[in-house]
Amino acid sequence: MTSATVNTVAGSPLRALRRSRNLRFAGVASLAAALALSACGGDDAGSGSGDQPIVGLITKTDTNPFFVKMKEGAQQAAREQGVELQTFAGKQDGDNEAQVQAIENLISSGAKGFLITPSDSKAIVPSLDKARQAGLLVIALDTPTDPADAADATFATDNYQAGLLIGQWAKAKLAGKPAKIALLDLDPNGVSVDVQRDQGFLEGFGVDVKDKTRIGDESDPQIVGHDVTNGAEDGGRTAMENLLQKDPSINLVYTINEPAAAGAYQALKAAGRERDVTIVSVDGGCPGVDNVKNGIIGATSMQFPLKMAQLGIESIAKFANDGTKPETSEGKDFTDTGVELITDEPQSGLTSKDTAWGTQNCWG
Amino acid sequence: MSSDTGGPGGGGVAVAEPAPDPAPQGFDQRHDTSLLLRVQHVLHAQPTLGPLAVLVIAVVAFSLLNERFLSAANLGLVLQQVTVIAVLALGQTLVILTAGIDLSAGAIAVFSSILMAKLATDAGLPGPLALLLGFVLGTGMGLANGLLVTLLKLPPFIVTLGTLSIFFSLNSVVSKSETIRGSAMPGLLTWTGDVIRVGGFNLTYGSIIMLVLFAAFWYSLRWTAWGKHVYATGDDVEAARLAGIRTDRVLLSVYTCAGALYAIGAWVLIGRLASASPNVGAEYNLDSITAVVLGGTSLFGGRGGVVGTLIGALIVGVFRNGLQLAGVQVVWQGFAIGLLVLAAVAIDQWIRKVKA
Repeated sequence: MTSATVNTVAGSPLRALRRSRNLRFAGVASLAAALALSACGGDDAGSGSGDQPIVGLITKTDTNPFFVKMKEGAQQAAREQGVELQTFAGKQDGDNEAQVQAIENLISSGAKGFLITPSDSKAIVPSLDKARQAGLLVIALDTPTDPADAADATFATDNYQAGLLIGQWAKAKLAGKPAKIALLDLDPNGVSVDVQRDQGFLEGFGVDVKDKTRIGDESDPQIVGHDVTNGAEDGGRTAMENLLQKDPSINLVYTINEPAAAGAYQALKAAGRERDVTIVSVDGGCPGVDNVKNGIIGATSMQFPLKMAQLGIESIAKFANDGTKPETSEGKDFTDTGVELITDEPQSGLTSKDTAWGTQNCWG
Repeated sequence: MSSDTGGPGGGGVAVAEPAPDPAPQGFDQRHDTSLLLRVQHVLHAQPTLGPLAVLVIAVVAFSLLNERFLSAANLGLVLQQVTVIAVLALGQTLVILTAGIDLSAGAIAVFSSILMAKLATDAGLPGPLALLLGFVLGTGMGLANGLLVTLLKLPPFIVTLGTLSIFFSLNSVVSKSETIRGSAMPGLLTWTGDVIRVGGFNLTYGSIIMLVLFAAFWYSLRWTAWGKHVYATGDDVEAARLAGIRTDRVLLSVYTCAGALYAIGAWVLIGRLASASPNVGAEYNLDSITAVVLGGTSLFGGRGGVVGTLIGALIVGVFRNGLQLAGVQVVWQGFAIGLLVLAAVAIDQWIRKVKA
C-alpha cells in the first residue's frame, strides 16, 4: 500500500483503511461463496442426471467431418439407448494427452464405458488398462489399439481391405494398359490408417509391397512416387502437381481420402489431364460420393462411422445392463463394420454399389 | 556511455586530443577488414542478399538433379504453389517488422474463406458483395488483434495465440466442418485460380495479385512515412514514441493491414482449391513465419522487408518441389526446411553484431 492511500480524497486515513479492509473482506467472502457453489453444482455431470448410465466418446479431433458425423451417430444412438453421452476430443491428430485426460475424467465421473478413436494406438494403452481395471468397458473405434486386445472390443474399418478393393478395381479398370501410379498419402509419420490403405491399394493392384508395414519401400517401376497431403485439399493439390512434374504420364492416382482426391483433381484439371487420369480414394463421405457421381473420383471405399458409433453405444448400453461384453468378427481381432466399394463403373469379379446407393448411405 | 574526463577543476583545461582521423582511405588500413566482417557489413546493409543467394543455389542444384526442374512450366507451378503462403507472409512481415508475431494468420485466412463462401452460397449474396464482406470481416479480425495488442498492452504472441483458438473454433462452428464447393459459388470467388499465360509461364490471377501486393507494400515500407514509422516502432518502440511517432496507431494499422492481407489470401485460397474448406491450412501460420524468417527479416523487429519474404516463400516452394523431383523422401523436406530456418536465424543474430 503506497502512501497515496493515506491521503484519499474521501477524508480521514482511518476511514480509507476501513473501506479497503471492507472491500477485501467482501472480495474474499464472494470468492468463497463462488467456490462453494461451484463445488456443489459442478458435480452435476459426474453423478449423472438421474439414473442414466454415462458413456463417453473420445475422438481424435472434433473438426474432421468423419468424427463430427461419428459424434452425431453416437448422440443419436445414446438417445435411443437411454444413456448419457459425454464427448471429448483432442486438438489435433496425435493429441494423446487430451485423450488421456478424457479417460481420467470418465473414470472419476463413474462412466460405464467409452468409445475411443485412439490418436496414438500405443501410447493410449496404459490409460485403457486403468479404465478397464476400474470396471469400464473400453471400445476402440476406427483405429485398433496396439496391441488390439487392449480394448474390450474394436469396431473398425478394415483399412487394408478398403485399399485392396480400390486397388483391384483400378487394376480391372486399366485393363492391362501400362500404369503410372502416384500415391498421395497422409503425412510422413506412418500412421496405421495411412500405411494400411496405401499398402492395401498396391497389393490389390498387384504390386509387390515388400514390407506391409512400411510405405515407400516398393521398387516397382509403375510407381512414380509418394507425396503427402495432410488429408486436405491444399495438400492434395500441391502433392499432385509435384508428382505430375516428376512424371507427366501418370494415369492412376491413389489418395488417402476424398478431400485429398478433390485437391488432386484440381491439379489434374489445371494440367489438362483430368480426363486421362483415374483417381481412387477411401472414405465414403457424401461430398466424396458426389465426386464419384460427377466422374472426379473413379471409385471410393465407403466406411461406416455412424455404424461404428451405433454398435459401440449399443455394446456399452448392454454391458451397463447385464455385463455382457461384445464379440469380435471371425478371424479378426476387431469387429469389421464393413467397407463397400462405391463406383459407377463396376468391374467384373468385384462387388460394388453405385452412387445412388452411395448417396443414401454416405456420411457427412 | 563515455566516461567524464573532466578533472576536479572543471573542464577548462584543454586536453590534448589525438590528431583527427586521416583521410577516410586510411580507414581500411587501421581496421580489421577480414572477408567475414565485410560480408557481415554487406548483409547488414542488404538483408535480402543472403536469402537470394540461397534461392539461386537451390535452383541451380535442383536443376542439376532433374532437368525438368528448370522448365517454364515447373517454375510457374512453384510460383502458384507459394502464392497463398506468400500473401499471408506479407501480412506476417508487417507484424514481425514491429517486433510482433501473428499466430492467427492461418486461422483468419481459412475462417475468412469460409465466411466469403457462406455469404455467397447460404446467404445468397452476389459475388462482389460476399467478397467485400469477407474482406471486411478478415480486416476486422486483424483489427481485433491490433486492439488487444495496443489497448490492453498484451504481448502479440499471447494475443494471437488466443485469437488463433477463437477464430479456429468459430471456423468449425460456422462451417459445420463441411467444405463448400466452388461450383456452388459465383465465379468471382474462384477467379483467383484462373490461369493466364504470360510469356512462357502459366500464372494465376492470384499470383498476379500477390505480386502487385508485394510491389505496393515494398513501395509503402520504403518510401512512405508510414513505412519508416513501422521500422522505427519495431526497432525500438520507446525511442520511436519519444521521437513523436504514434506507435499505437502504427501497431494498430499493421495488424489491421495484416488482417486485410489474410482475407485476400483467403480469396486466393478459394481459387486454388476451387472450394472453401475449413480443414485446410493447419500449418499456414508456421509456414508464413518460416517464409518471413528465411527472407532475412529479423524476429526482433526493425530490419528486413517484403522482398526477402517473397524470396523466403520461394525457397520453401523450391525445396518442396525440387526434393520431390529429385526423388528424396518426403520426410527429409521438413528436415531441410528446419535446418534452413536455424541457419537463417543464426545468420540474423550474427549480422546484428556488426559494429558501425
